[in-house]
Amino acid sequence: MDKVKMARQFIEAIPHARELGMEFTDIGDGAAAMRMPYDPRLVGDPETGVLHGGAVYALLDTTCGAAVIAHPSNPGGTATIGLRVDYMRAATAGQALRTHAQCYHLTRNVAFVRATAMDDDSENPVAVANGTFTVEGLK
Amino acid sequence: MSRRRPEPVQVVKQRRDAALQALVQGVPYVQFLGITFDRRGDELTAVLPFHERLIGNPMLPAIHGGVTAALLEVTAVIGLAWSVLWDEIEAGAIDPEQLIAGRLPRLPKTIDFTVDYLRSGLPRDAYARAQVNRSGRRYASVHVEAWQDNRARAFAQATGHFLMPTPRG
Repeated sequence: MDKVKMARQFIEAIPHARELGMEFTDIGDGAAAMRMPYDPRLVGDPETGVLHGGAVYALLDTTCGAAVIAHPSNPGGTATIGLRVDYMRAATAGQALRTHAQCYHLTRNVAFVRATAMDDDSENPVAVANGTFTVEGLK
Repeated sequence: MSRRRPEPVQVVKQRRDAALQALVQGVPYVQFLGITFDRRGDELTAVLPFHERLIGNPMLPAIHGGVTAALLEVTAVIGLAWSVLWDEIEAGAIDPEQLIAGRLPRLPKTIDFTVDYLRSGLPRDAYARAQVNRSGRRYASVHVEAWQDNRARAFAQATGHFLMPTPRG
C-alpha cells in the first residue's frame, strides 16, 4: 500500500479526528490539507458562535502530523514535540475550517512543520502554526 | 469599632461555586470535551475524564495531542477569567447573581499558545492547573501544566498570551 493511502487511513482511524469530522482534502510528499466542518459543539464564545481555539489547535496539530507521515524520508509514524499556534483572528461562525501543513525540513530525529488555518476568506488566515515532531526511525 | 460579622461559610461557598459553574457551562467546547473544574479557595484544577473519543493514537493508545492542547488552553482561559472575576467578586464590583443569571463576562482571547508535549497522554483522567504570570489591562501571560497519575510528572505544559476583554459598556 502506498504511503499516502496509509497516512489517510491512519489518521481517519483516529477517534478524536473522526469525532471532530476532520477529513483530508489533499496529502502527499511532506504536505497535507484537511477540512473540519463548523460544529456548534466546538464553540468557544456562545455570543458570537466563534470556534474555540482548542478545536483550531487540534485540527492544525493533526494536519502537521499527517504532513510528517507523508514525508518521503520519514520511515514511520510521528508524535508532536512542540507546537505553537498564533491566533490572528476569530474564525467566522458557520464556516468550515481548512488547513494545510508543510513538513519543510526533516533530520534523522526531528521534523519541522508549519501550517495555516483558513475559513472561507482564504486571503486572511485564521491561525498559523509552527511545530517540531519526532521522526520514528526504523529500529 | 466593630467588625462586620462574616457570612456563613455555606453561603460564600455556594455563591463562588455557582459563579464558577456559570462561567464554565457557558462554553460549549468545554462541555463537549467533558472538562469540569474543581475549586479549592481561588485555586482551580481542571479535570478531563478519559473517554474513547479523545484518543489520537489507537495503537498505544494515547490521548490526541489536540485534546491535550485543548485541555491546557481551556484551563488557561478559564483560570485567567476566574482570577480576574474572583478579585471583582471579592471587591463587590461584580454581583455573582448576575453571572448565575447568565450575564457572563467576555472571556480573554488567545493570542498565541505553545504546547510542550513531555510524554504521551495515557488512557486515563487528566488534570491541569494554570498559573497567571502576568495579568495586565490589555495582555496576560499564563503558564499551564497537565498531569495524570503523578503531579510531579507533567505530560504536557504550555504558555500562552491572551488579550483581555474590554469591560462591557
